[in-house]
Amino acid sequence: MRLGYAIPVVVFFALAVALYVGLGLKPRDIPSALIDKPVPTFDLAAVKGRDMGLKTADLNNGEVALVNVFASWCGPCRVEHPLWMDVQAAGKVPLHGINYKDDPDNAAKWLDRFGDPYTRTGADRNGRVGIDWGVYGVPETFVIDRQGRIRYKHVGVMTRDILDGRILPLVRQLQEQKQ
Amino acid sequence: MIAEVGHFALVLALVLAIVQSTLPIIGAHRNIAPWIAVARPAAFGQFTFIAIAFAALTYAFIVSDFSVATVARNSHSAKPLIYKISGVWGNHEGSMLLWILILSLFGAAVALFGNNLPPRLRARVLSVQGMIGIGFLLFVLLTSNPFERLANPPVDGNGLNPLLQDFGLAVHPPFLYLGYVGFSMAFSFAIAALLEGRVDPAWARWVRPWTLAAWCFLTVGIALGSWWAYYELGWGGWWFWDPVENASFMPWLLGTALLHSAIVVEKRDTLKAWTILLAILTFSLSLLGTFIVRSGVLTSVHAFATDPERGVFILAFLAFTVGGSLLLFAWRGPSLKGGGLFAPVSREGALVLNNLLLTTACATVLLGTLYPLFLDALTGEKVSVGPPFFNSTFVPLMVPLLVAVAIGPMMAWKRGDLAGAIGRMKFGFFAAAAIAFVTWYQTTDGPVLAVFGMAVGVWLVAGSIIEWAGRIKLFSINPADSWRRLRGLPRAAHGMALAHIGVGLVVMGITGVQSWTVENARVMRPGETISIGNYDLTFKNAGTIQGPNYSALRGIFDVSIDGDHVTTMAPETRSYPTSTMTTTEAAIRPTIVGDLYAVIGEPDGKGGYATRFYVKPLVHWIWFGAFVMVIGGLISLSDRRHRVGAPARRTANKTLAEASA
Amino acid sequence: MTRARALKSLMIAFAVFGFLCLAPGAPTSVAQSTIDVPLEDVTKEHRAKALFKILRCLVCQNQSIDDSNADLARDLRVLVRQRIAAGDSDEQAVGYIVDRYGDWVLLEPPFKRATLILWLGPLAILILAVGGIALRFRRRTVEVPVAPVPLDADESRRLAELLDDTDTKDGPG
Repeated sequence: MRLGYAIPVVVFFALAVALYVGLGLKPRDIPSALIDKPVPTFDLAAVKGRDMGLKTADLNNGEVALVNVFASWCGPCRVEHPLWMDVQAAGKVPLHGINYKDDPDNAAKWLDRFGDPYTRTGADRNGRVGIDWGVYGVPETFVIDRQGRIRYKHVGVMTRDILDGRILPLVRQLQEQKQ
Repeated sequence: MIAEVGHFALVLALVLAIVQSTLPIIGAHRNIAPWIAVARPAAFGQFTFIAIAFAALTYAFIVSDFSVATVARNSHSAKPLIYKISGVWGNHEGSMLLWILILSLFGAAVALFGNNLPPRLRARVLSVQGMIGIGFLLFVLLTSNPFERLANPPVDGNGLNPLLQDFGLAVHPPFLYLGYVGFSMAFSFAIAALLEGRVDPAWARWVRPWTLAAWCFLTVGIALGSWWAYYELGWGGWWFWDPVENASFMPWLLGTALLHSAIVVEKRDTLKAWTILLAILTFSLSLLGTFIVRSGVLTSVHAFATDPERGVFILAFLAFTVGGSLLLFAWRGPSLKGGGLFAPVSREGALVLNNLLLTTACATVLLGTLYPLFLDALTGEKVSVGPPFFNSTFVPLMVPLLVAVAIGPMMAWKRGDLAGAIGRMKFGFFAAAAIAFVTWYQTTDGPVLAVFGMAVGVWLVAGSIIEWAGRIKLFSINPADSWRRLRGLPRAAHGMALAHIGVGLVVMGITGVQSWTVENARVMRPGETISIGNYDLTFKNAGTIQGPNYSALRGIFDVSIDGDHVTTMAPETRSYPTSTMTTTEAAIRPTIVGDLYAVIGEPDGKGGYATRFYVKPLVHWIWFGAFVMVIGGLISLSDRRHRVGAPARRTANKTLAEASA
Repeated sequence: MTRARALKSLMIAFAVFGFLCLAPGAPTSVAQSTIDVPLEDVTKEHRAKALFKILRCLVCQNQSIDDSNADLARDLRVLVRQRIAAGDSDEQAVGYIVDRYGDWVLLEPPFKRATLILWLGPLAILILAVGGIALRFRRRTVEVPVAPVPLDADESRRLAELLDDTDTKDGPG
């Protein structure tokens, strides 16, 4: 029965190890449930002032693409915006935008003022399409492969490190894969 | 200048804590009387310096000294004075300072009131308190210094969170901390006993009052938090199994087990290892709670600064304190030989069952709270563990316990007469069955379990009354003799009966509100009437009003029952200019049988407003029951046997006298 | 990510439009989804309400979508109501949301391999504890009690006196 006295301390140290590992985790980051699944079915009109809307067919046409969820009322979107302008300028991968729960005039003004990095835009006025994509906040960014499957989702503001270290390499890798 | 004084005082307190942690404990081990005697003045000194530091921080808040970073982040010149003061502990740094203030206060209290303790035991207890103090003082000084200055103080502060400007909320942390830190006393006593290698009934008698006081405070703190959530958060919820709520509930569960376990040590000189382990674990859960709240490891509404660096520090401290104490337990525990034998069916047996179920319940809550973390760490998978899990695991564990609570006190020590106890509960059984029948008959909705819940509550209340009546032989001898018996009963007997009655009331309150709450939510236009329960509410009008630091949408509702006007309710939604947040101020009409709860929401742009109404039966019984529990605890605390305390062990004194001669 | 300093108070508002690091809430001038109004059909509304209580508000801290004023919570309530009204069963409606957000959105963790320990844990702990205690009881009764030294006359008298006293003094601690 002497061993029984040692049970609490053993259990505790296991717990402490788990907690230590836990400190390095991010409990608010929810992985996407749509990884490796096809892009949802949707069809959105363009944001006001632009003429190319965004729908499912635009994303499974054999091209690797990036989809960025943004809004004019979203502070971090403003922060990551220059990165998207760079992506557009580099021209290596098409970038599309889903405008989430935004006022048409505000969205138009935002894009006109700061620059429009998006090849196509879709105005999701009531957020329903966002729900179909599993969006729960803005900004979010998705990597879509040639077959129109979601391969990666980044939640939160995009940084240069993540763009260069994670997103763009994945895009290149997917582009190298043929049909 | 004042802030620097405060800072310096903390450093001095740290030095004293180091002294307090080392000299007395070595002195007790080696029997060096002057070193043992250092404990008392060191404890007084530590408390004095920390009190100075706390006063300095309070002063900075009161005069709105925004050059102090904590004040700048968390206060505002426009705040009413009382909330400036409560703002002192409404943030991470200040609340840590409150923690160590209370820690040193308890240490000083033992130094002051512990004259009936043998000096060596007291020295060890104070040393352990000192060690805990070192850990927290280091944490504060190294990572969470409240006295940090800002090079460019802002014109005004940042901290006008409207939700914090509420009395219930302001007062809730000090009570919680008094509870958490109060359990450090039991912890220190347990460590001291392990070091001495001896746990005897006298030890249990010394530990009980401190543990009981801590338990009373923690009960108040938890009840206040729950009550606050109910009236402030807009839909009448009162418990969410949120990680931080669980972090306060777990020490409460184990603390209750500890209280009862200590009785057995005192009366029967057995269950020692259990009691020591409970004392260690209860405080360990307090520390774990601190870790959870402040490290960002779990998502919670309550979470403070989510800073993994601080998390590492607290975790290291946790590993050292809890790990060290559990190692000590593993090493010394086996030598705590028990005294009295007892049959499984006996009062001891009932208390073992009590320990068992409370500990399992606590482990269940711990498992559910930390599981998302475990799974994420192991496999990267994310799951949520919410109220459905806790409700389906915690409740089944509690039910047998509650049934046993009524019977346990009726059993004798060593060998109890279960049949006899159940026989005495005849009346209780009938009362419970009667209420069950009435409930089933009267209520049309609600789960079947509701009937059972009410029955259990009545069972508890009836059982406590029956047991108490039995002690004074009410109705079997003449009233004057009963009265004399009552006067002669130790206060703890009254305390126990009252506390158990309180539990019964809580059970009934919970059953009522969870089973029979009625909700009616609609868009209403002025002039319309809505019915809920027995009430008819007519929406008179809605408009914007201005408060001292907010503007609000207020709706006026006339409430009537069967056509007779009963009251007017005016729920609001408040917007504060300094933040984007809005708060809902529900209008509540409390009655003994239940609350009418009204909430007004957004306008729909077409002249209507979103409204929600609830009838919540028996909900106030929850906090009233908690209040009764605390009264019972306080009455027990006032039992003169606790004040007189156990006589000092003569052998210890004699040895000391010889040593110092 | 802005450190949550501004929100570093004891209670973060449940009424807050669940702020993540991601974005502040949309201003009310934005086109809103329909105000969430109960369904006409009372049975369906009851079902929807029950589902609200088990779905997590993803942008809040630990609340169900029933308990939250956040935009997303409201959108999800409207969505669940629509699906129930359209004829979905409870499983289908919840499944719709789980398909998009994963198991994390369920406040009641599903019973699957990853959560076996969670669901079976409490029972296991109880059984282990009861077993441990039963073992101890077995062991204690095996201990042979030492035969007591017989009392002398004085001690016998004291014993008798004490036994008389304990009758009235029996009580809790």
